[in-house]
Amino acid sequence: MIPAPFDYKRASSAAEAIALIGEYGDEAKFLAGGHSLLPLMKLRLAQPTMLIDIGRITDLSYIRDAGDHIAIGALTRHMDVENSAVLAEHAPLLAAAASYVGDAQVRHRGTIGGSIAHADPASDLPATTLALGATYVVQGPNGTREIAAKDFYIGFLESALAADEILTEIRVPKMAGAGWNFQKFNRRAQDWAIVGVAAWRRGDESGVGLVNMGSTPILATSVAEAIAHGASVSDAAKLASADADPQADNNASVEYREHLAEVLVRRALDASS
Amino acid sequence: MQIRVTVNDTTHDSDVEPRTLLVHYVREQLGLTGTNVGCDTSSCGACTLHLNGEAVKSCTVLAVQADGQHVATIESLAVDGVMHPMQTAFMENHGLQCGYCTPGMVMASISLLNENPNPTEQEVRLGLEGNLCRCTGYHNIVKSVLACAGAAAVSGGH
Repeated sequence: MIPAPFDYKRASSAAEAIALIGEYGDEAKFLAGGHSLLPLMKLRLAQPTMLIDIGRITDLSYIRDAGDHIAIGALTRHMDVENSAVLAEHAPLLAAAASYVGDAQVRHRGTIGGSIAHADPASDLPATTLALGATYVVQGPNGTREIAAKDFYIGFLESALAADEILTEIRVPKMAGAGWNFQKFNRRAQDWAIVGVAAWRRGDESGVGLVNMGSTPILATSVAEAIAHGASVSDAAKLASADADPQADNNASVEYREHLAEVLVRRALDASS
Repeated sequence: MQIRVTVNDTTHDSDVEPRTLLVHYVREQLGLTGTNVGCDTSSCGACTLHLNGEAVKSCTVLAVQADGQHVATIESLAVDGVMHPMQTAFMENHGLQCGYCTPGMVMASISLLNENPNPTEQEVRLGLEGNLCRCTGYHNIVKSVLACAGAAAVSGGH
């Protein structure tokens, strides 16, 4: 399978990438690690006529302690998120979730920013950063703005990013000793989750993100509210699908996904408590 | 588009369409057919080669993304007819049957040991989750990688 023809330009800075996307408009797409976009292009489900390669913008690949949060450059690869000592200390849930993305080869290429900008509800990192209350920094022709993860995902593969904006940084609040767990249920080793759960808990406070339980990654606010009001883990887990809108596909019916969500939320919160 | 790629220590100046996949570039333009195309959907790992020393699936990388970079394929491993220790380990432990997945398995396994020189059996199984073999049931592949890791540890001690 070979993608439809396209032109290719390489940007050496975020500003250059934004200028290029402004020039080429809707027919252009950013290429980071390419592990979401290129498979779609090979299937001709996406046929951009211009690819703007941002994969060499090395100053957008970093993981830094920024006081109350960890700042992660959008072009940081999954493998670097997985192995980061800074994240192991301050946001271990995110490092663990990154280790579940695809396989080693995929994690050598795929980037956290690419995964988030792609906004796939079945991807691990959108739901995980949502659970952690992350903020995304985006840059456009008129400067930068911050978008809360909970306001970012607006539809299937659709985000609040404007066509001429680029995601530059992911800010994850420090977990400050919270318990955490990541659950991923799938049938093939390196596959997407049929259902996945990213959870953390610190006493009455908690955050639960659901993978592949709707057309967007889902923040299970009902579960966190129940925990805040003193519900047991098993009672709170019964609300796992309350904020979700799961779809049926070849892997699972709606009912099966709801069952999985309850079981996996219970396991994740038990392990976090 | 003009690209310059160092493949197996030889620098190639090539003209490619932007949509040319790295696996097609090495197989068809450079004639290095050791790297196989399997599923062509970044699942099976048959097309695994090294980009700047790390295992990648070359069906999901564009040749233009390798411009200015270093690529190593299975053909780079044997030197003067002497196999790489990982190739020897696969041979001695029956880590292959039909051989189709083998170039990708070997390249992924070398990358795995580069990152984790002394893996547990479970770490080998997880580390190779991106490579599918339909013959061996993986048992002897895992054995091969562990044997190679052990051999490297021994030779490293001398």
